Amino acid sequence: MRLSSLYRWSALATVALISSVALAQKTQVLVYTALETDQLKAYQEGFNKAYPDIEIKWVRDSTGVITAKLLAEKGNPQADAVMGVAASSLAVLDKQGMLEPYAPSGLAAIQAQYRDKKSPPAWFGMDVWGATVCFNTVEAAKKGIPKPETWKDLTKPAYKGQIVMPNPASSGTGFFDVTAWLALFGDDAGKGGGWQFMDGLHENIAQYTHSGSKPCNMAGSGEFVVGISFEYRANSNKAKGAPIDLVFPKEGLGWDLEAFAIHKGTKKLDAVKRLADWASSKDAMALYGKNFAITAVPGIAAPLANVPADYEARLVKMDFSWAAENRDRILAEWTKRYDSKSEKK
Amino acid sequence: MIDAVLNSSTSLTVRQKTHWSDRIAHLSLALVALALMVFLAFPLGAILMQSLLGKAGEFAGFSNFITYAQTPALLTSLWNSVWVSIVVTVITLPLAFGFAYAITRSCMSHKSLFRGISLIPLLAPSLLSAISLIYWFGNQGVLKAAMQSVGIAQIYGAPGIVVAECFSVFPHALMILITGLSLADARLYEAAAAMGTTASRKFFTITVPGAKYGLLSAGLVTFTLVMTDFGIPKVIGGNFNVLATDVFKLVIGQQDFAKGSVVALLLLLPAVLTFAVDHYVSKKQTAMLTARAVPHRPVPSRGYDMAMTAFCTVISLLMLAMLGMAIFASFASFWPYNLTPSLRHYVLGMVDGEVGEGFVNSLKMASGTALFGTVLVFFSAYLLEKTKGAGWLRAPVRMLAMLPMAVPGLVLGLGYIFFFNALSNPLNWLYHTTALLTLCTIVHFYTTGHLTAVTALKALDGEFEAVSASLKVPWYKTFWRVTLPICTPALVDIARYFFINAMTTISAVVFLYSPETKVASIAILNLDEAGEIGAAAAMAVMIAGISAVATGVFMLLARLVDRRTQAWRGTR
Repeated sequence: MRLSSLYRWSALATVALISSVALAQKTQVLVYTALETDQLKAYQEGFNKAYPDIEIKWVRDSTGVITAKLLAEKGNPQADAVMGVAASSLAVLDKQGMLEPYAPSGLAAIQAQYRDKKSPPAWFGMDVWGATVCFNTVEAAKKGIPKPETWKDLTKPAYKGQIVMPNPASSGTGFFDVTAWLALFGDDAGKGGGWQFMDGLHENIAQYTHSGSKPCNMAGSGEFVVGISFEYRANSNKAKGAPIDLVFPKEGLGWDLEAFAIHKGTKKLDAVKRLADWASSKDAMALYGKNFAITAVPGIAAPLANVPADYEARLVKMDFSWAAENRDRILAEWTKRYDSKSEKK
Repeated sequence: MIDAVLNSSTSLTVRQKTHWSDRIAHLSLALVALALMVFLAFPLGAILMQSLLGKAGEFAGFSNFITYAQTPALLTSLWNSVWVSIVVTVITLPLAFGFAYAITRSCMSHKSLFRGISLIPLLAPSLLSAISLIYWFGNQGVLKAAMQSVGIAQIYGAPGIVVAECFSVFPHALMILITGLSLADARLYEAAAAMGTTASRKFFTITVPGAKYGLLSAGLVTFTLVMTDFGIPKVIGGNFNVLATDVFKLVIGQQDFAKGSVVALLLLLPAVLTFAVDHYVSKKQTAMLTARAVPHRPVPSRGYDMAMTAFCTVISLLMLAMLGMAIFASFASFWPYNLTPSLRHYVLGMVDGEVGEGFVNSLKMASGTALFGTVLVFFSAYLLEKTKGAGWLRAPVRMLAMLPMAVPGLVLGLGYIFFFNALSNPLNWLYHTTALLTLCTIVHFYTTGHLTAVTALKALDGEFEAVSASLKVPWYKTFWRVTLPICTPALVDIARYFFINAMTTISAVVFLYSPETKVASIAILNLDEAGEIGAAAAMAVMIAGISAVATGVFMLLARLVDRRTQAWRGTR
């Protein structure tokens, strides 16, 4: 009797164990991302509320590293999906035929300028990250430097040696700054107003950095007064206690999208489509809106404290395909003018 | 095998035939060559092949090279790289030599303390030294005024790169030099003393020639490491362009693998030079430690020992100042505006940065690297130096052993993706495993380990092998009973070097980790990128702490091993 009950218990336990293993057998999807780690957690929880049987595994790094890694893995892709990587990078992957077009369930609500033009789209945007100037108020007060209002302000002599911006040859943020200036002030194959503006700006630049976050971090720690960076970094640095004001120059702001795409050849297509559906949903947009003032679906993000109400109207009209086609020429010209000279004394 | 045994026993002719055990040596050497081909040459080839491809992946011949040669930026970067590397070598080499000399040839006290402190730059990612330099000398730096008073306007640019690089390459040069100096024949010094030779003459006629191989290796390693490092120029280089940051711009900024590998090829040149010099010097180097040698023991001499202690103290204080500033920064709430101490960076790093699980992976990888790396490096160095025959294999293996130090980590990492992720590669199951991370790290740090092992082995007289051969003792017995025990201090050094570097390496593994095998050092880079400089410093300090504990363990091990195997040195 005793023994048989033991058997019965162990049989029960075995059944329980097997069923729990079966429950734990979730579909795993490998997602490459450039999102911040704290955002990843929120998004993962949000997604698992809707789809508890799909587990996301993240590979996270900066946009440049992730894009390089995806391109290098092209022959035998590892990633099932790419989430929160710059739309300009996804456009490069799309050109190489690496993305699986898919129209997610929330696509209809996404604004036209924030998704791939094709139908079904190869990628769709999640939120916008736009150019933002971080202005260190403490150091500015010490040095008597006025707060800039426009891009042109930054070419004034008062800012000499006080401005840091990302190198467009190393950083996507730096590149959209440059294309935005060319769009605003004129390109004209190296002779336009955009280049003249950059000539003036160059006189005041202390350093071209290799990442888009660095200028704002440097402004935040008082190394330099003005850091040309992007909105999310500026907001989060200010929240951490950096004595910076966020400046959104009046002429117009360059921007890029954090975007989502399915990797061609994924063996988990169904699961990844669920992720795409969720990433385009209102719930997801609400989560993006906690960190970004503009989401791809309009009217969802609550206003952020340091961001002006007309922020979206200040974004320049970006032509991603023009930027991609002219990238080599723009970078060559930029490098020739500003990067090949040895350091100014 | 049996055939070989029979052969050797039946043909006891006058002409010495290849001993059957030599065949094993040749086979082992071939295996080493194969391993280096698969884990170094092929991945490297896979990425360098890209330099011949055009935009759409078509064969483009040398057009990428021609376009690149015409960019005006090239000459500036090349010249900058070269002169900075030379300056760093010229500064570091004498300092490291002095330090190594004090440790091996003086009776100063606290030697192991000094040796431990000298490892500080290795303990944390090179990012840390750049962060502390900015905190010391940056625009908000404590010592900015002092720096400007000596005529340096700002730390960003060449001055920052030079200082940070001197600091970071010091332990690499030191390890080779200590090995080069620690084996010396006392009889030479006794003879010199008996003839009334002055101390300085003894130094220049006995010490320096004896350490020549170590000195040259250390110099070339320093030069090459500075040429190829991009971590430091990226953080503190400002607008000062060097070749390594050009690779970064091309590969990571523009995903232009073709042009990136053109520059990477250019960076391989110093390694080729190193190989040539090494080849030339190898022929001329004579063993310091003959079979009859009496190990040199430093004699206490008050003034000299005091001077050496003072010198080492100054260097050690500089090292501690670097680490100290980083520790301070990791506890300050928001540098430089709120310096109240807090633990928030540690909490943030551990919780948000998810560094915790990374530490476990890091430890696994570092232990693997230390164990397998040391075995591979030492065994192959022994085969190269002390066995005979199979000459055609030796030059390629030597060349391959020199290459890794000239390969920037990000090039190696991408090469691993191209090679090991290919569908046609039967080894592609290795991709995304800790094993591959470990292998990549061993290869990445192979050269310094190799040179240390070779330096230790070169100092040993070939007579040991000659005698064993004439006694028909297989080489592996000599290896096991004589060579290995004599070289254990160098072995422990190499193992420690691999371990510490594996804990902090970033550039190559950043391309190779999977969610399950993410290591802690990568999280540090991400934290710095996110503007969490305090948290990045905090995590770097924690890695440094773990590495320091490991260093302690290795030193204990070294002492134990010393007592068992180095007894022959002390007859007193």
